[in-house]
Amino acid sequence: MRADGTGTSPAVPAGAPGGALMGGARTVLGLGREDRREHLRGLPSGLAIRLYSAMTHLRAFDERAVILQRQGVIGTYPTYFGEEAVQAASVLALEDRDWLFPTYRQTAVVTLRDCPSVVPLLLWRGHPGGWHDVMRYRVAPICIPVATNYPHAVGAAWGARLRHEGWVALAYGGDGSTSAGDFHEACNLAAVVQAPVIFLVTNNQWAISTPIVKQTRVPRLAEKAAAYGMPGVRVDSFDVFACYEVIQEAAERARRGGGPTLVEAVGYRLGPHGTADEPSVYRDPRADLLWAPMEPLGRTEAAVVEAGVAAPEQLLELRSRAFQELRDVGDRLGELPLPSVEELADSVHRDTPWPLRPERLYEPSWARLEQTPPWS
Amino acid sequence: MAEISYRQAVRDAMREEMMRDPRVILMGESITGYGGSYAVTKGLIDEFGPKRVMETPIAEAGIVGFAVGAAMGGLIPVAELMTVNFALLALDQVVNSAAKFHYMFGGQWSVPMVVRTVSGFGQLGPTHSQSFEGWFASVPGLKVVMPATPADAKGLLLAAIRDPDPVIFIEHSLLYSTRGEVPGPALGDGEVPIGQAKVVREGSDVTLVGYSRMLLQALHAAEVLEREDGISCEVVDLRTLRPLDYPTVVNSVRRTHRLVLCGEDWRTGGFGASLLSEMQDRCFDDLDAPIQRVAMRDIPLPYSRELERLLIPSSEDIVTAVRRLS
Ligand SMILES: Cc1ncc(C[n+]2csc(CCOP(=O)(O)OP(=O)(O)O)c2C)c(N)n1
Ligand SMILES: [Mg+2]
Repeated sequence: MRADGTGTSPAVPAGAPGGALMGGARTVLGLGREDRREHLRGLPSGLAIRLYSAMTHLRAFDERAVILQRQGVIGTYPTYFGEEAVQAASVLALEDRDWLFPTYRQTAVVTLRDCPSVVPLLLWRGHPGGWHDVMRYRVAPICIPVATNYPHAVGAAWGARLRHEGWVALAYGGDGSTSAGDFHEACNLAAVVQAPVIFLVTNNQWAISTPIVKQTRVPRLAEKAAAYGMPGVRVDSFDVFACYEVIQEAAERARRGGGPTLVEAVGYRLGPHGTADEPSVYRDPRADLLWAPMEPLGRTEAAVVEAGVAAPEQLLELRSRAFQELRDVGDRLGELPLPSVEELADSVHRDTPWPLRPERLYEPSWARLEQTPPWS
Repeated sequence: MAEISYRQAVRDAMREEMMRDPRVILMGESITGYGGSYAVTKGLIDEFGPKRVMETPIAEAGIVGFAVGAAMGGLIPVAELMTVNFALLALDQVVNSAAKFHYMFGGQWSVPMVVRTVSGFGQLGPTHSQSFEGWFASVPGLKVVMPATPADAKGLLLAAIRDPDPVIFIEHSLLYSTRGEVPGPALGDGEVPIGQAKVVREGSDVTLVGYSRMLLQALHAAEVLEREDGISCEVVDLRTLRPLDYPTVVNSVRRTHRLVLCGEDWRTGGFGASLLSEMQDRCFDDLDAPIQRVAMRDIPLPYSRELERLLIPSSEDIVTAVRRLS
């Protein structure tokens, strides 16, 4: 281990929760007991339960997906364990007409817009049934190449602006994505044209095995917003109530014509990068222990019960329903037949033009094309 | 001779050349903690430290642009792009900078650098399972290398690092764990010259041309055809796609009179397409049958394992192509 934090030995814990790392991050759960209770009691009726329920659903999805991956039913899966709060808040703080631009780590957010859970699970099985209805849910196809979804959100938001439709777009990303050129180009463009867009960057401090200190000299990512001329806000990514507020404020500003906002949801990647990853190779498992108490579902539950907003039995009921639903979905997943290669070929283009037919049917080089072009 | 893995061979080449030449540096995403996406650089940080093994932010265009500049600044950068799919983000730097500077400025200086990257598949989905060697091989100013064996992986990477021009060095994710003999120190450092193909199996009825993983598929097909059909296949490993060793392929076709080109990239505009046109120019009178191509259908590779298996070019496809000829 070297002074600059490099080396193959696991990195030392990068700041403890609540310390400098979370500095300036908006929190509700971190308030004193009385203030916290007040705050939760002051929320619109039913909101706390809806947020909790959404988080529960996301957790049940994630746990089931990891099990299905272990069983060989789905492929490599990027778990989002620990990001349920920020993800749930991002959907509930927006209106259903607002667009979402997810990455590989937010494949389940579409289920919070009433898309059946089986759909994104099928995506990870490589089944076309996993292609959610993009226009209906207003959730874009996921982008795995890092940061490539940011410019899409800006363009979409610009469409909303030009057509005076009043909706906003939200793009997800991670700390690592802020190093990519597309992030810079999207932020700059959004600010220049004042597009109604929210950049929701979840700073979990890790990009696979690269820690944030090697990603940027400005580890408070929200500060980067100043350089683009837009507001930057930090929020505790494990705090569903704070995330909800911050995202809602950003959406309102965008709707009013106030332009883009960079929201940095700061926390820690509680799980591995994905099912193929082994974090103990590159980071100290003791850091995981330090951060474990920040696990958002339990914290939310404790706060909701403490505030008397919901009874423990009610939460238990929500939880068991979510987990049971996902168990049932998972059991049926392997039974769905896969499509044929010809069906895949047919989905390459919206309208497969004549000269591209070879992609539908392999022709040996000497085979004379018997078919006549449709225009002859 | 020692038997090592393809992964180890690539690592050994970097390690040995870094010890020999202090100008050589490595750079790339997650190359220290994890040793890169396929653990190829694992451990090198401990030996050479963070100045020479540089973990970069996620910024492919920046990485390649930095490497171009570092080459001008007197270093020999070996830049790793996690997979060839992410090279798309760096294409301008590869094509308009690395490949052009020597030419556009009258050959005053060149850009000695290597971009190491990885082709392959295995449930990686449509955006992460592509093969772009044909694109790179079409660019004047680049050299493009795709080794199939540990010995060539090591030998060609040594040559690539020592080469005065930019080299695109494409490894294959499904070859990393394959093992093979690599010459020990008694036989020199085992450098394999860029631009030389190799006849890896002699035969008389048909020439199979492959590289990278498809070379192994061609060898497998040759065994099957020998056993089941009594067809004798000659197998040529291209090893370097640009500059391409046409004489070795032409000489083989002069003996066998039949040619099958095996690639993993898309059929339309794939590397095999330009190779085919060149071979028919050079060998038309030697050929007894139309040149066959084994390639990926023009469909992005799906994420499903089962569907992927149906689409990916395999030794069975090569066997079928050869049988069509007889
Ligand atoms: C352009 C590009 N380069 C590299 C990769 C490989 N890759 C996949 S995820 C990832 C890390 C991303 O980290 P971060 O943005 O912090 O998001 P997180 O995974 O932590 O949610 C990398 C480098 C990629 N998908 N796309
Ligand atoms: Mg991250």
